[in-house]
Amino acid sequence: MKKSVGIVETKYFTFAESPHEFRLESGRTLGPITLAYETYGQLNADKSNVILVMHAFSGNAHAAGISQGDQDQPWWDFMIGPGKALDTEKYFVVCINVLGGCKGSTGPSSINPKTGKPYALDFPLITIGDMVATQKHLIDHLGIRKLHGVIGGSMGGMLALQWIASYPDSVECVIPIAATLKHSPQQIAFNEVGRQAIMADPAWNNGNYYDGASPEQGLAVARMLGHITYMSNDSMEKKFSRRLKDDSSGFKFSADFEVEGYLQYRGQAFVKRFDANSYLYITKAMDYFDLSDGKWIPEKGLPDARFLLIAFKSDWLYPSAQSQDMVRQLKMRHIDATYCEIDADYGHDSFLIEAEGEKQSHLIKHFLAKKKW
Amino acid sequence: MSPIKDKLDHKIICEIVEPGSSVLDLGCGNGDLLCLLAERRGAKAQGVELNNDAIHACVEKGLSVFHSDIDSGLPYYPDQSFDYVILNQSLQEAKKVEAVISEALRVGKKVIIGFPNFAHLEARILMFFGGRAPIVSSLPYEWYSTPNLRFLSIKDFKSFCATKGYRILSSYFLDSQGQVRVLPNLFAQNAIFVVTK
Repeated sequence: MKKSVGIVETKYFTFAESPHEFRLESGRTLGPITLAYETYGQLNADKSNVILVMHAFSGNAHAAGISQGDQDQPWWDFMIGPGKALDTEKYFVVCINVLGGCKGSTGPSSINPKTGKPYALDFPLITIGDMVATQKHLIDHLGIRKLHGVIGGSMGGMLALQWIASYPDSVECVIPIAATLKHSPQQIAFNEVGRQAIMADPAWNNGNYYDGASPEQGLAVARMLGHITYMSNDSMEKKFSRRLKDDSSGFKFSADFEVEGYLQYRGQAFVKRFDANSYLYITKAMDYFDLSDGKWIPEKGLPDARFLLIAFKSDWLYPSAQSQDMVRQLKMRHIDATYCEIDADYGHDSFLIEAEGEKQSHLIKHFLAKKKW
Repeated sequence: MSPIKDKLDHKIICEIVEPGSSVLDLGCGNGDLLCLLAERRGAKAQGVELNNDAIHACVEKGLSVFHSDIDSGLPYYPDQSFDYVILNQSLQEAKKVEAVISEALRVGKKVIIGFPNFAHLEARILMFFGGRAPIVSSLPYEWYSTPNLRFLSIKDFKSFCATKGYRILSSYFLDSQGQVRVLPNLFAQNAIFVVTK
C-alpha cells in the first residue's frame, strides 16, 4: 500500500475585486473571484516542479489526501502521493476547483456582491478558456512561472489542452487523458439531456432555488445518465449483469435490478454534493470548447512542450479517435507527442479507477521524468 | 531472435544513421534500437508501435511513441519529416507492404528496411529435404503462430525496388556471426537495405 499525502487543507485565493473585475471571454465581467485549491508536496527553490492537476466536470480541488471535516473522497488519491505517478516527493501538485464550480470556487451558487443573494442565472456564461485564465491568476499568485506539467482526464484534459493553447510558454508537459479538442454532437446531446432533466424539475425554478428545495430529482436523473456514459457495456455486465437487488419483490417500477439501484444511489449521492446550476454552466462550457481548427498550436510550434495523450479502448463517450485527432495535429506540426490507447475495460471513467490505474500511472510517471533526447 | 543478431543489425543501423538525424522507427518494439540511436548518434528518435507492453517499455526509456499499427500510422506525418524511417523486422508483418514503403518514403528522406531472408540456405534445406515450413533463427515461428505475413528473399526485395523505381543506396547482409560478403541470397539470414525514391 503506497503512502497517502496525509491530511490536507483546502485553501482559497480571491482576486478580481472591484473595480478590477475579471473580463470573461463573453465580454462580461465577474468579480471578486475565489478559487478553492489544494497543494501536495513541496515547491522547490526555483519553482520548477509544479504539476497542475485538473479535475473532470463534477470534480473538485480535493484530489488527494485526507480532508478534515469534508465527507468527499479524494478523486485521484491513487495517482498523487509519495512514490506514486505524481510523486509528491518530487513534485508540487496543485489542484484547483474550476470557475463555475460549487466546491469553494466562485460559481452560480456563490453570493453576488451586487444583490447579496446567490447569482443563480445572473452568473455569466463561462468557457474553458475562462477557467484556465482564472487558474493562471492563481499560479501567478503562487509565483510559479512555468508548469512542469498540466494533467487531467475528460474535462480536465480539455483544460490541459486549453492551458497550452492559452499559455504556450508556461507549460512543458501536457497530459490530456480521455479528452477531446471538441465535443461531438453525441457528447453535446448527452449533456443537453442532462441539462433538460434539471430544467424540467419544477424545483429548478429558473435557477432560483437557493432559498428552498433544490431540483434534486432533475439533477439525480442527469447524473444517472452521466454514469451510464462513463461506463462501458462490459463493465456494467461485470458489475451488475441482470442481477436483482436483494429486496426486489419483482415487477414493479422500483429499482429491481442492481444496475437501477446503483444509478439511483449515484444520483442521490450526487445531489448532496453538487449544484444544479453549476451542472448547467460547466457542461455548457465543455460543449462550447473547440480547439479543433489547429489554431491552439502557435505558429512557431511548441518546441519546448511535449505531450502524452492517453485514451481508453472501452471509452465510447470520448473515443480514442478524438485523442488520435490531437496526435495528428501535433505530428503535423512536428511536436513531440506520445500516444497510448490503454486496454482498460471500465469505459470513460477508467482514468479515475484505481483498479485500471496501473498502466496509466506507469506511463505518466515515466513520461514526466523522461530525459529530453 | 537471438541477442547476437539483435546487436548486429542494431549496430549496422546505428552506423548508417548520421549523428543528429531525425528518425522514425516503424514497429519500434520495446525501443532498444531507438534508444541506441538516441544515445550513440544523438538522433531525434520516435517510434510507432502496436503492442501495449512495448509502448510502456518505450515510455520507460523516455522515448516518444505513437500507438498504432504501421499500416495506418503514417498519414499523420508531413512529407520528408525525417532523415530516416526505419522498418526493421517489421515489414514482413505489414498488411499493405507497398503502401507502407511508399508512405515511409514520403515521410522519410531515406528508408532503412531490415528483414529475414526466406531464401537462406538453412531454410532452403529444411524446405527441400524436410518438406516443411522452415523454422530457423531468423524465422523462429511455427506456421500457425508466426506474426510474419510476408516471406521474401533478398532477390525478391531487389526486384521489388527495381519494379517500383526505388533506389538502393546501400545494402548489408548478415548471418549470426557477422556480415555476409558472398552469395547473400543463399548465406544471409537477414538483410538491411537503405532505400530512397
